[in-house]
Amino acid sequence: MTVLESRQGLEIHHVGKVFSQPGRPDFRALDDVSIRIRPNEFFTLLGPSGCGKTTLLRMIAGFEHPSEGEIRLDGADISVKAPYERPVNTVFQSYALFPHLTVEDNISFGLEMLRRPKASIDETVTRMLALVRMTEMRNRKIQQISGGQQQRVALARALAPHPKLLLLDEPLSALDLKLRKEMQIELKRLQHETGITFIFVTHDQEEALTMSDRIAVMSAGRVQQIGSPRDIYDRPANRFAASFIGETNFVTVKLLTVSATSGELELPGGTVIHAGVPDGVKFSPGKATIVVRPEHAELVGAGAGNLAGTVTNIVYFGTDTHYHLRLKDESSFIVRRQNRHGLSFGPAIGDEVGVLIGEGVAQLVED
Amino acid sequence: MAKDRSTDMRYQPGFGPLAMICLAVLYAPILVLVAFAFNANASVAQWTGFSTKWFATALFNESFHAAALNTMLISVSATIIATMAATAAALGTTRVKAWRGQTAAFMTINLPLMVPEIITAVSALSFFALLGQVFNINLGIGNLILAHSVFCIPFAYMPIRARLEDMDFTLDQAAADLYATPWMTFRRVTLPLLMPGIASGIALAFIVSFDDFTITQLVAGPGQTTLPIYIWTQVRRPITPELNAMCTILLSISILFISLSVLIGQKRR
Ligand SMILES: Nc1ncnc2c1ncn2[C@@H]1O[C@H](COP(=O)(O)OP(=O)(O)O)[C@@H](O)[C@H]1O
Ligand SMILES: [Mg+2]
Repeated sequence: MTVLESRQGLEIHHVGKVFSQPGRPDFRALDDVSIRIRPNEFFTLLGPSGCGKTTLLRMIAGFEHPSEGEIRLDGADISVKAPYERPVNTVFQSYALFPHLTVEDNISFGLEMLRRPKASIDETVTRMLALVRMTEMRNRKIQQISGGQQQRVALARALAPHPKLLLLDEPLSALDLKLRKEMQIELKRLQHETGITFIFVTHDQEEALTMSDRIAVMSAGRVQQIGSPRDIYDRPANRFAASFIGETNFVTVKLLTVSATSGELELPGGTVIHAGVPDGVKFSPGKATIVVRPEHAELVGAGAGNLAGTVTNIVYFGTDTHYHLRLKDESSFIVRRQNRHGLSFGPAIGDEVGVLIGEGVAQLVED
Repeated sequence: MAKDRSTDMRYQPGFGPLAMICLAVLYAPILVLVAFAFNANASVAQWTGFSTKWFATALFNESFHAAALNTMLISVSATIIATMAATAAALGTTRVKAWRGQTAAFMTINLPLMVPEIITAVSALSFFALLGQVFNINLGIGNLILAHSVFCIPFAYMPIRARLEDMDFTLDQAAADLYATPWMTFRRVTLPLLMPGIASGIALAFIVSFDDFTITQLVAGPGQTTLPIYIWTQVRRPITPELNAMCTILLSISILFISLSVLIGQKRR
């Protein structure tokens, strides 16, 4: 039973990709990537431009072949199959809708290729049009609908054959902010209603945090961390994951003792606190780095708390205020404070202040 | 945006008169030729009145008929063969990963455009002579069809390749992603989108074959007279406006196909 279950979904197993072009040195786009994506998951590949997200997606779709490793779908190796043999559909970044066909014929294309009966195709197209709220556009030409509508048709076209995986390569990046927010909600709804596994590519960390069940953070062809948005935000595995997602403070500390889950360390001022250890990362005593999110640190009076510093700048954001501090070891530190009503303590630029890093707030990270 | 008059060719001194001279030199003889096709008497130099009788004479001329039939057979066959070959060549030179010798292939396909036609004609002649004498193969009018097909290929190739290069290759990938086999991708996506290019290619190949003289003159056997060859034989006799009428008919067909080619090319931009 467990064996069967564990073989469900998509397994990317030690996959690497090297591009070789005549006259240029080989280029390694992916390096030892292993990811397991569960059925019915909204999974996001997050990373800066050029980190290999599209390459990985194209390998799942079948447009590129792994140089190393295996890609298994529900237990079967699909790396040997042609794109048209894989139960995987893609929403292309440019949409890639067929310009010579109508909205309806675009959506029915995959079903026709699968030789579904005519009646079933009609029924599915009608259902898909309703799903993406494009029923009135059924007979329009692709050039006669807006960018946002083309996006919906591209989604309907890819969902119509009910693939095991839906791949989306930065599908929202061409839309303006308002439409993008709408489509984020729309995509979550579609995933929920269809029960299809979504693999979503983005370089936008906020988009990844709000939409995903789990995220793989990638950089320079490698997976840096895999986890739920909460995991990744609260317990980043390394410096890259911590800095790419949200704002963060890095503090250099002296690690005294460390176990698999917790470490005891000395802050620059000499105070000793405890910090969490990310899953599966080994630390040894000595010089180490912790991260503290700006909203997790608390501003207190001079002499109190467990770090000391001087206010160098104050930035007001309406909902909250950022206090930029210079610590005793000359490093900078930001504290974010919500502007609650009736807040009494308000330091000014140049004031000496203390910072309280509460229990369970600090996290050790790999450099 | 204001045009800088000093660099615009149209405002260079003498541009207007020069353009008029060029147009006159190019088109005046053709206009005169066409005009005398409508002359009432038998002279091609002295205008007496308007008539369409020479067109009737031309159209009821048995030899002209036979030549027209030959021309159609050769042009249509050569156009079909050349367009198919050109389409395959265009796909092979654009829809593939960069390969060694790609430039060489491209040059080879386009070489007939650069080689003087008389050379192509003589080599075709010697080739068919060789086939006939050494291997005892004579394809009859097939010889002409083959020769025409070959030199029409680069003309058909150019617009098809241009269209392919404009086309988004992601569309082919989208089709493959949606379970279309390579053949179905070609039939349902590549080919329909390529059609304007192919239509232009057909039109170009057709007129090139239709009005070919040099190669046909050398390769054609007895009884394989085409329209341009027939008109040429008529020139050596006392000329009547019937010849002008024939030329006008040929000219109209050529203009029709050129216009079609241009129109199709523009429509899908
Ligand atoms: N066909 C290719 N040939 C050579 N290099 C490539 C090819 N495709 C992608 N790359 C390179 O691989 C790297 C990763 O690209 P890509 O997967 O598109 O990144 P992302 O989608 O994360 O922005 C880039 O540096 C890119 O230049
Ligand atoms: Mg990309």
